[in-house]
Parts: sequence; structure tokens; C-alpha cells
Amino acid sequence: MISFENVGLRYGIGKEVLSDLSFQVAPNSFQFLTGPSGAGKTSLLRLMLLSLKPTRGLVKVFGKEASTIRPEQMPIIRRKIGVVFQDFRLLDHLTTYENVALPLQVRGKMEHDYRQDVRDLLDWVGLGDRMHVHPPVLSGGEKQRAAIARALIDQPDVLLADEPTGNVDPPLARRILRLFIELHRSGTSVVIATHDLSLMDQYDARRLVLNTGRLQIYD
Amino acid sequence: MTDSQKKLPSKPPIASKKSADKNQKQPQKPLRSGKSIVPRETVAGSALVFVIAIMTFLACLTLGAVSMVNTSATKWQNDISREVTIQIRPFDDIEMEKAIQDAKSIALNYEGIAKVTVLNDKETARLLEPWLGAGLQLEELPVPRLLTVTLADGARPDFETMRAQLEQEVPGSTLDDHRTWVDRLTTMALTMVGVGTAVFILMMAATVTTVIFATRGAMAGNKHVVDVLHFVGADSKFISKQFQKHFLILGLKGAAGGALAAILLFILLGFWSSQTLATPEGDQISALFGSFSLGWTGYFWMLVVLVLVAAMTAITSTLTVRQQVNTLQSYGRN
Repeated sequence: MISFENVGLRYGIGKEVLSDLSFQVAPNSFQFLTGPSGAGKTSLLRLMLLSLKPTRGLVKVFGKEASTIRPEQMPIIRRKIGVVFQDFRLLDHLTTYENVALPLQVRGKMEHDYRQDVRDLLDWVGLGDRMHVHPPVLSGGEKQRAAIARALIDQPDVLLADEPTGNVDPPLARRILRLFIELHRSGTSVVIATHDLSLMDQYDARRLVLNTGRLQIYD
Repeated sequence: MTDSQKKLPSKPPIASKKSADKNQKQPQKPLRSGKSIVPRETVAGSALVFVIAIMTFLACLTLGAVSMVNTSATKWQNDISREVTIQIRPFDDIEMEKAIQDAKSIALNYEGIAKVTVLNDKETARLLEPWLGAGLQLEELPVPRLLTVTLADGARPDFETMRAQLEQEVPGSTLDDHRTWVDRLTTMALTMVGVGTAVFILMMAATVTTVIFATRGAMAGNKHVVDVLHFVGADSKFISKQFQKHFLILGLKGAAGGALAAILLFILLGFWSSQTLATPEGDQISALFGSFSLGWTGYFWMLVVLVLVAAMTAITSTLTVRQQVNTLQSYGRN
């Protein structure tokens, strides 16, 4: 699904923040991306999301070399990748329901076709009674779950989550992890960037460990 | 029970095509905020509406002025081209009355001549009064005599033959078909239309440029919205549509304000000119511009300008957003 071959990344003329990364995110796989703060986890996720271009190496997404993807093809690729941002990126002027329904709306689906799906998903992530409120009145954990619901609503092929449990207490973190595991069981490849060791200990999965710009893989 | 203690269903219900559970408890409050994805209040409104209104107002004024001058010039051309003049210069041995009668009969022999009027002494004296003063005795001065030849509607007699015959048979006579004046008026009218068109194009270009800057400003102000739309897979068409409707409304508001103000101004000027018809100022203005009444055609074109400006605003903003989004959607740009 996503493959990296000898990928390196540097910002400006500084030294490489990521060096010689070679790995694959296989279909229906589950992996944690971990490492200390500043190790480059977010940069690596951005490379996978194609929002950053590597300074060297080859990135392939869904069998297509990233540098050959034309701008008009980018939305089609993006629709296959769900993203949960560290800062949630919810739109404050829309309700939680509208935020979660946004990916379906941009795909041109009619509201009467997806209304129940969105409600069911919001119920499932525990926001059934908060779907009509706006993000500014949601707690950190609620925002996190709304952002996750938005990433999941169209069942993406790959889910990239950047510190999805960074703002929640341990019980809720466990619950969010269960949510990702269930999503993985339904066929989605999941990449969770986290530095929470206790979270990783709860599920036996492949670990991609970033340290000083280099990647070690523990299958 | 806290959120974290709630039990999750075993399977994600996402994107299922199964029918909705009709018995599920519905939320009491509305699910939708009623706001568009790009909030209306984040698109710089009043300043842009004001600029578009001014541009439309000036464009309509230009259009109206050009239309009026063009109508007047056409009227002058028609008036002049319906009349030619025969001038007979006095010679020592010329018998003026006979020469006038000869010239008149030559002119009347041509097809398309409605009538020939000889300016009598009194009329000639009145014509020369501004230059030579009152109480002029024509017998004392070798003043040329004039015959005005009125043409039938749509007629175009053979002036070259008439001119040659007059010169041959009536010594000292010349035929003036006012071609020089008609040519000058045509040139003036065309120049006015050209200048007006250039001014109109410049105003439209200024409006387009303003809208481009306003759209870029609106996009910069809504960068977080554009980014989110981009990450959830919206294409440039979808994103530009979110901005397009706002700019269409802003364009319509501004253009309607400007065009209606211009229409009102022309109506008021028309009313004022009708009230000052017999005054020197009124005569001077009507001599230059003709009537201030534009007619239905003029007002129709102003409404066309209104629609044009609104459409141009929407199209410009759409193209600007698409161009910006295409840049964003390039690999590695966002």
C-alpha cells in the first residue's frame, strides 16, 4: 500500500532528519510508529500522506510512484487515506455531526444516504449525545474521538493517526486503541504514531521505531 | 457512567449500506449548524461590495455616455447628409439672379432631390450677422449666395455629375455635400466609442484584479478550512464551489448597487435636462450630448453590465481558488 525505499528528508540545508528509510505498510496491517519526541514521527506521517516530498529516495502509494501523481489525482489518493491529526483540525463553525460527515460530503454523497451512518459512528465513539455541538465546547478527548470518527467514516484503506491518545486519560486511550483494532479487523491498515509505551504494550503489533532519523523495525 | 466506561459495539458501523434504525433516539437539537463549509462572514464582504459597486457605476456611466454621444453623432450625420449646399460666388459680370435660377433648375433635374431653397437677402444677412453685424446691405458687398438642396429620404444623388454640371454651366458655383464634416463626425464618434470601450475594459480588468486579491485574502483567512477539505479528499471543483457562491452574492450585491445608482442618475439627469430645455445651459448640454434619455436599450445594457460583473466576480474567484488549490494539491505542497 505504502512503500519507502531509501527515503531521506532534510529541511532546508540542515542535516537529514530522516535517513535511509525503507519499509512497507502492507494491506490490512497494524503498526505503531514510535520514538522519542522530535525523532521525526510527524514528518514520516506527512511523507506517507504525501504532504511532504522527500529529498531523496522513492515513495510509492497504492502502487503509484508519488512523484508521478498529478495534482488532480491527489484527491483520489487522499480519499483512501484517513488521517487523525495531533491538533484534531476540526472546523469550529460546523457541528460535530457535520465535521464527521465532511469526507462524505466532499465525495458528493447525499445527506439522507449517510445521516444514519454518521450517527451510528458517533454513537460508537461515544459522541452520540454530542453530535449537535460545536468543537469549541467539546473536551480534548471528545475532539480526539470526533477527529477519529471523521477519519474512519468512509472506511479508508489506510489510517494514519498522529498521537491519537495524546490528550486523553489511560482508560479512554485504551478505548481508542480498541477502536483502531476493530477498524483494522474490518480491513484497514493502521499506522499509529505514539510515544506512549503503555499503549503499545496493550496490543501486540509491528513496531517502527525512529531514533535519530533512522528506522528500526520490530515485526 | 463516564464516556470511557461506555461499551462499544463489536463491529464498526461505518459506511454501512444497511437501512437506518428508525427507532433510534433522535437528538433534540439540529444536527446541522446552518453554516456553509466556508463561513460567509470570513469572506471580506463590505469592502469588496463597495469596490464592485463603484466599478459597475463607472462602467455604466461610461456605457451611457458613449451611447449618448454615439446617438447624437448619428443624428448629426443624418441631419447633415440629408442636405447639401450650392454656393455661388459673385463675379463682376455675373447676373446673380439668373445664376441662382440656373443652379436651382440643374439641381432639381436630379433624381432624389426633394426641394431647393434659395436663401434670400434677409436670411443671408441673418446668417452673416455674427461676423459682419446687424444692418448689413448685401448689395454693397460681394457676398456669395447659398441654395440649400434637401434630399429625399434615403436618396443618394450623383453629386459628382451635379458638381461638374454646375461648375460648367453656372460660373462661380460650388457644391458642398458636407462630406468633410460627416467624415469628421464619424471619426469623432468612433473615437468616443473606442475610448469608452477602452475605459470599460480597464474597469473590468480592475474589478477582476480586485476580486483576485479578495479571493486570495478569503482563502488565506480560511486556510484551515481549505487544508481540512484538502486532507479529506476534496477536489479543486468542490473547494472552489464553497467560495464561488459567496463571491457570486457579493458580486451581485455590488453590481446591482452600482448599476441601479447609474440608472437612477441617468433618469435624474434626463428629468433635469427636460426641465432646462429652453435655457442656455440646457441648449449647450443638449447640443453636446443630445438628450439625457438613454432609452430602453441603454438601460438594458446597464443590466447586462450588472449580470456581467456578477458573473465575472464568481468566475474570477472560482478560477483563482482552483489555481491555488491545484498548487496545494501538488505532491509535497501540503
